[in-house]
Amino acid sequence: MEPLLEVRNLRVEFPTRRGTLLALDDISFGIVPGEILGVVGESGAGKSLTGAAIIGLLEPPGRIAAGEIRLDGERIDNLPAPSMRALRGRKIGAIFQDPLTSLNPLYTIGRQLIETIRTHLPVSENEARERAIKLLQETGIPAAEQRIDQYPHQFSGGMRQRVVIALALAAEPKLIVADEPTTALDVSIQAQIISLLKRLCKVHGAAVMLVTHDMGVIAETCDRVAVMYAGRIVELGPVGDVIHRPQHPYTVGLMGSIPAMDEDRERLLQIDGTMPRLNAIPAGCAFHPRCPQAFERCHRERPDLLAAGATQAACWLHHATSGREAA
Amino acid sequence: MNSTSTLSSPRSDATEQPAANRDADAALVEVKDLAKTFEVSAPWLNRVVEGKERQFVHAVDGVSFRIERGKTLALVGESGCGKSTVARLLVGLYAPTRGTVRFDGQDTLAALATPAGRALHRRMQMIFQDPYASLNPRWKVLDIVGEPLREHGLVGDLPALRARVAELLHSVGLAGADCEKFPHQFSGGQRQRISIARALATQPEFLVCDEPTSALDVSVQAQVLNIMKDLQRERGLTYLFISHNLAVVRHVSDAVGVMYLGRLVEIAGKQTLFSAPRHPYTRMLLDAIPDIHMSGRARTPVQGEVPNPLHPPSGCAFHPRCPHADARCAQERPPLQSLPGLQVACHAVAEGRI
Repeated sequence: MEPLLEVRNLRVEFPTRRGTLLALDDISFGIVPGEILGVVGESGAGKSLTGAAIIGLLEPPGRIAAGEIRLDGERIDNLPAPSMRALRGRKIGAIFQDPLTSLNPLYTIGRQLIETIRTHLPVSENEARERAIKLLQETGIPAAEQRIDQYPHQFSGGMRQRVVIALALAAEPKLIVADEPTTALDVSIQAQIISLLKRLCKVHGAAVMLVTHDMGVIAETCDRVAVMYAGRIVELGPVGDVIHRPQHPYTVGLMGSIPAMDEDRERLLQIDGTMPRLNAIPAGCAFHPRCPQAFERCHRERPDLLAAGATQAACWLHHATSGREAA
Repeated sequence: MNSTSTLSSPRSDATEQPAANRDADAALVEVKDLAKTFEVSAPWLNRVVEGKERQFVHAVDGVSFRIERGKTLALVGESGCGKSTVARLLVGLYAPTRGTVRFDGQDTLAALATPAGRALHRRMQMIFQDPYASLNPRWKVLDIVGEPLREHGLVGDLPALRARVAELLHSVGLAGADCEKFPHQFSGGQRQRISIARALATQPEFLVCDEPTSALDVSVQAQVLNIMKDLQRERGLTYLFISHNLAVVRHVSDAVGVMYLGRLVEIAGKQTLFSAPRHPYTRMLLDAIPDIHMSGRARTPVQGEVPNPLHPPSGCAFHPRCPHADARCAQERPPLQSLPGLQVACHAVAEGRI
């Protein structure tokens, strides 16, 4: 199937007074319709930034320095701001972490939904209202006819996140970028929101990019997963393979550091040290100072993302014999 | 995961806790019927003009438990269930509305009011959730970690203080030279290590840890949890560990208490609680955890949300969300009853319905 979203060699930079910081380096992936791609990594790995670059909401001075982003075959990374604005909401829906700050506290949620629907679709006020009620029902808000006229503060955290999802779906976008949609919620609510996202993705056939730091959420929700480290994708593959047979030492460490529910370990596996800052990314493979298996080549050359086992990994351990030219 | 052993070698000393020097069965901390009520009324004038009632939130409502020396009790629950309030009550940051906390046999509330209470403070310390907010940004690490030492008069002069702080920093995996730095020069995980070093400064026996790893990334969380377990093994520390993350709780604790709207609904040994949970809320919580090893597992999402604590439901607070609730649950609040190996507050369990 043709990928709906295609990101190729994306590079995002932040020019500063002390030189240019490279925040995303050579990011490439695609998402086909109906697929959920998880993007996982620790704080500062660049996962949210990837989402922001796709929806065209990079905060200045951040800028796309190279590469391209295609939606449905058309480039969207170089669109002028007004066309990008029209695209956001219509073709790309966005769900953010904090449902309270994503909603305007001064307007009823009905007004916000109707405004969004009418911005993107040629419908009357009444039709838009009906549609808004249907969306709220679909996202599992009880008594939607009454609640549509309430303000965001009258909703609980989980209910607000449902409203935000309804807003994102208002114009039936083909791509949904969800940035930590369940992080601010309690586990019981988190489970409800995850199953809602999955169901809606299936019903509407939308492609979803799910950014999260929670491996559990990834395992339950996604079809494929991209693991990011220091601005690069270090491993990309089907979710079961990445979780059970990780190839990159960073993914191995990440999986081992998560306390498991079904086995007892006296100590958790730990990756010593911390992720490098953007202004001090090591030469060669960015993970080599923390990698237990690093060898001489890792200090010099940066590995590309190449097939390794059932996944793709950017690690010299797996394609030591091939070289850059093999890519 | 056999290829993973190279990342960090597990410690070989799998020996048990150092033998408790006193009676092994004695509980170090014993909490009886602890309650805390906060007033959340509108201002006086509004109440008079608009004829509003005073309003109270029963943040903690009759909680009892005991923690044995050298063990870890974890309290879990969703936001607003009162677990952090229990933590603050235990170390004396709040005064309880009702109930008692006994630490090593003495009533802490009474003891903290006397000058000798300072000695009690020395024996129990707290680690907070947010390592960005709990360290003074204008103080050097030397002053942050050294403050409890100075406050309790545990060191004499500056060289002694430096030596002791360096030793504490070493014990949490930081360098002694770090004591000249400021908090902003450290990452989140390192800051939490500084918090732990500060809490350890007075050589406490009991540490109250309020979500110590919630603000950290998983790999850093693993580092901090490993340090906490190592310290417990080496020094025989007793922990009260507050968390909403059941996987973390399962890793660190010996016993687990589950809270819902200010009350304990179930308390049991770790193995019992995770393998055979009795209370419907505990079952729901366990079912809600995303499991990394079961991709694609269909789980039954729980219905409903935690009710508003200002207007808690009658009877058992969980009954509106409970699949086993009947008329009795809606009227009568179930007491915490002892069963073999656990305590649970549920009519359905007591009646043998589930």
